[in-house]
Amino acid sequence: MSEQANMANIAPPLWLLAEVTYRCPLHCVFCYNPVKYAANKKELSTEQWKEVLRQARKLGAAQLGFSGGEPLVRDDLEELIGEAHQLGYYTNLITSGVGLTEARISKMKELGLDHIQLSFQDSTKEMNDFLSSTKTFDLKSRVAALIKKYDYPMVLNVVLHRYNLDHIGRIVDMAVEMGVEYLELANTQYYAWASINREQLMPTREQLVRAEEIVQEYRAKLGNKLKLLFVVPDLFEDKPKACMNGWGSVFLAVAADGSALPCHAAQSLSGLTFPNVTEQLLHDIWYKSDAFNAFRGYEWMKEPCRTCSEKEKDFGGCRCQAYALTGDARNADPVCGKSPSHDVVKQIVLQTKNRPVEEKPLVFRNDMNSLRLAAEVEKQTS
Amino acid sequence: MTDLTSKPKLAKLFRLQYEEAQGAYVLLYPEGMVKLNQPASEILKRCDGERDVNAIVADIEQAFNAQGLEKDVTGFLEIATERGWVV
Repeated sequence: MSEQANMANIAPPLWLLAEVTYRCPLHCVFCYNPVKYAANKKELSTEQWKEVLRQARKLGAAQLGFSGGEPLVRDDLEELIGEAHQLGYYTNLITSGVGLTEARISKMKELGLDHIQLSFQDSTKEMNDFLSSTKTFDLKSRVAALIKKYDYPMVLNVVLHRYNLDHIGRIVDMAVEMGVEYLELANTQYYAWASINREQLMPTREQLVRAEEIVQEYRAKLGNKLKLLFVVPDLFEDKPKACMNGWGSVFLAVAADGSALPCHAAQSLSGLTFPNVTEQLLHDIWYKSDAFNAFRGYEWMKEPCRTCSEKEKDFGGCRCQAYALTGDARNADPVCGKSPSHDVVKQIVLQTKNRPVEEKPLVFRNDMNSLRLAAEVEKQTS
Repeated sequence: MTDLTSKPKLAKLFRLQYEEAQGAYVLLYPEGMVKLNQPASEILKRCDGERDVNAIVADIEQAFNAQGLEKDVTGFLEIATERGWVV
């Protein structure tokens, strides 16, 4: 196919996720940042980020998420928000709340920030503070009140796992009290730090079923007052998720060091080199790079995906999960009941029944653990 | 049923804007986006909290040079209200 014909088949990106830094005051055990983040502390400058914003907007991105790490650790965040607003983005700040003072929140409102997503780890101070290895519950509660005081729409995000699934009713109550518009109950996806802690974090099926029933009851009771999004934990399913709505289809992430990624977990895939925005134009990265074209369309697929009637619905599931659990990113996501490796997933779920097989300490996301884990991988592969 | 004298306006959570790359109006909201077809965007553009439904219908009929569009407009407004786009 000629390059032009090929480009005509590629839709523009709609979402830009700007992971402006990997620095973070929290140490969450399910963090999705690369396990090896501490080995590379390079960050784009203010000007470089502005250029990324301009180029991505020109390509067609309309939604912009400022994320990290904790984006508030960058003191040029306000400047970037101002630039993004002028370019016409809908700007979302995805934050732990640490560093969100009244002065900053009011300045961001003035500069055109549209929405704030605040994360909590639990409805209880003890669990929130334990899982993030910080004392942040009270601070987060104050930030939630500030977000409402400044009249931002607010999404409350809580990552779910076996330590907090049984608190789900109280978590919803907390969201109602805060007056948030959306509550995202996101069951842990087992990538990066969460995959290291998978055995400890995986809930039982019974916990999940009960939690989902409680969410349904609240949905019926609350109606439009609070939108409840329940992200199902795909390991318990036999249909894969339509990950990223297809590789290189709508989503473009730029990591702290300028690596452009079709998915924020993509750096876990070996064998792909991700282009850097300091070396190439985003236009060329999106339309022409090997990394963004690697899993576009259906040509790359193996059986059973290649001839599957559902390939246009689920795109074969998640590449990172296929790679992590089968060793080949082109395989079907083993969550799929049709995957020859589906047993691997069944085994993982089965293990939750036989707990405690072995209670291990949780591995917190911090520089020390990151450097240690990176060195271990190095040793295994050399 | 839509009250023809009510004055619908876009809910605070949503922003309506034209997107060059998509050649269409979109509704933007926290972490999401809806691409609108032409009739939907023409109606939503007029939901400014000042015009009532009667005025919107008259305006749309003039813009499209057509008659009898009341049902189409109110039908869409009912869906838009249900989805929380307009209040």
